[in-house]
Amino acid sequence: MPKVGLFIPCYVDQLYPQVGLSTLRVLRGLGLDIEFPEEQTCCGQPMANSGCSEDARPLAEKFLRIFARYDHVVAPSGSCVSMVRNHYEQWLAGKPGFEHLRDNTFELCEYLVDVAKVTKVDGDFARKVGLHMSCHGLRELRMAKSSERMVAPFNKVKVLLEQLRGIQLVDLKRPDECCGFGGTFAVAEEAVSCLMGQDRIRDHEQAGAEVIAGFDMSCLMHLEGLLTRDKKPMQVLHVAQILEHARLS
Amino acid sequence: MKGHAESAAPFVANEPRAHWHDESLWFVRVKRDRQASTVPEWEDLRATASAIKAHTLSRLADYLEEFERNATANGIHVHWARDGAEHNAIVLRILKDHGVKRLVKSKSMLTEECHLNPYLEAHGIEVTDTDLGERIVQMRKEPPSHIVLPAIHLKKEDIGELFHIQLGTEKGASDPKYLTEAARGHLRERFLGAQAGLTGVNFAIASTGGVVVCTNEGNADMGTSLPPLHIACMGVEKIVPRPQDLAIFLRLLARSATGQPVTTYTSHFHGPLPGGEMHVVIVDNGRARILGEEAFRRSLSCIRCGACMNTCPVYRRSGGYSYGYTVPGPIGSILGPQRDPAAYGSLPFASSLCGSCTDVCPVKIDLHHELLAFRQELAKKGHVPWQKRFSMWVMGQVLARKWAFLLGGRLMRTLMPLLPRALVYGPWNPWGKQRELPPMPKESFRDLLKKEPK
Repeated sequence: MPKVGLFIPCYVDQLYPQVGLSTLRVLRGLGLDIEFPEEQTCCGQPMANSGCSEDARPLAEKFLRIFARYDHVVAPSGSCVSMVRNHYEQWLAGKPGFEHLRDNTFELCEYLVDVAKVTKVDGDFARKVGLHMSCHGLRELRMAKSSERMVAPFNKVKVLLEQLRGIQLVDLKRPDECCGFGGTFAVAEEAVSCLMGQDRIRDHEQAGAEVIAGFDMSCLMHLEGLLTRDKKPMQVLHVAQILEHARLS
Repeated sequence: MKGHAESAAPFVANEPRAHWHDESLWFVRVKRDRQASTVPEWEDLRATASAIKAHTLSRLADYLEEFERNATANGIHVHWARDGAEHNAIVLRILKDHGVKRLVKSKSMLTEECHLNPYLEAHGIEVTDTDLGERIVQMRKEPPSHIVLPAIHLKKEDIGELFHIQLGTEKGASDPKYLTEAARGHLRERFLGAQAGLTGVNFAIASTGGVVVCTNEGNADMGTSLPPLHIACMGVEKIVPRPQDLAIFLRLLARSATGQPVTTYTSHFHGPLPGGEMHVVIVDNGRARILGEEAFRRSLSCIRCGACMNTCPVYRRSGGYSYGYTVPGPIGSILGPQRDPAAYGSLPFASSLCGSCTDVCPVKIDLHHELLAFRQELAKKGHVPWQKRFSMWVMGQVLARKWAFLLGGRLMRTLMPLLPRALVYGPWNPWGKQRELPPMPKESFRDLLKKEPK
């Protein structure tokens, strides 16, 4: 049985502990051997995306030291996984274990579909759900076909959620427009960021969604912040929180 | 110079207009999707176009010289300009040699980049931009706000008002057909009175020594067919090796730009009119330097379709002028700071790095990766504000140490709920201006994990 390292992004650890637990339970439900290495902190993305790449380097090196010993690494975040897979090369190229780590670090849904080969999701979720396809998972990990590309459609999140009994996945006018979180962009470009978020929420509203589901809590934190301020009833949920109550096989 | 966020603020503050702008451009993006989806080999075309550009850029000097030889054999005068100033001087000299006082131009972003119009006007030459959108912004004394749709920031009512003042149309008239007719009459006069025509170049073909200009209004043809003198201005990167290569780009350009299968006019110029003269001015203006930078070289593949602007969620909501550079949007945010990192240093940060630009780009420029690489370049060269660099250094130091990270997290989670709201949501907290912070949980994931049954 492969040994799986659980990578819980820093802000999920501190601000969304339930999402971490749900991820753990989903993976344990498959009978996998999961371990959460206590030394982990952050993948370094905030520093790297601000241009301060030398401040991110020690975190990339630390990440490799911690996670190199696992067969697979799984995280409930497309963005942090993309950091490892697509951006660590600049600091870690040629280091022992890096290629293995890069090729074996997965976002949760990606892991369930591509590696654990989950084909059946048995459970109930009788809600109207709008799927938020966060950009890094969508376009950097290719978790689904982006609307720009003219290739055969696929979606590794939808394929899991649509099997739940009672779920209604609503149709958005813009299926994969960015919510405007963008890390430090959310603060540095506050006005544009919030307008983008409000536009996303309106799209989910017009489609009749009760829940916005996604695979990156960072985008959902931004949308939740806007929803709460505007006292809107719509809820945000991480996909792991929805799948936690289903049987996957 | 103001940063992007500051320049964008007034545009965003007029929310109905920002939404109108967003919808107008999204409409073009949807048209593009529809057109692209009718071409089964779309992704192959993109890959081929990208490969042709990479190949051409890898031996650019050879192809440029081949173009020069063939163009010269076609009777075209070829000029080389190191920068915008040289380009402007060459154009002025040609015009003076022919005693030209009135020039008509069809769309050229290169001449915008070189600020040709004010230069020529200062030397007593009347310049008329003949592309309708360009003419509109020229009358308003504004630069284009988009490279393909220069007046996209204006509503038909704005144009009615402008034409009423400039062309004497009825006050309050905003019927597009009526206004276009008025512009057409006005432009006809300018075409008939012109002594020379200047065009941009979409593609220059090395093996044939000719240039190709794509327009929808036929204004390039009018401007080059009536007067005997034609000047075509191009950046060094406009070269393609053979006519076969051109075919690939022509299938991609209009579909990506406006969602049309092809532009209404694709005009090939392979020599002067009988008894006339044709000049091609080839401009570097910093491009050779970009070619030398491995991380940013691919930005020179750009065919100026504007698809990255139409798809960019930030551009759509902040408008072309918020970028402050000739070429706005994602591609401009790479080209601008290449030219002047101090002036345009905020542009690579005017992106959520969503990557839609990369996926829509017909020549597969890895735009959002170049934006990210540019942020690092700017930080290295000291163009990122020290406050940001300092806070990122502190964050890096904290996150590199587990104890510091856990202590910081615990302090945040326990203290935040105890603080008065006015203190948390003061003007120093841009997150909280329109958004709530997430509720602070009592326990972290690793706290809860200890209670989780194995």
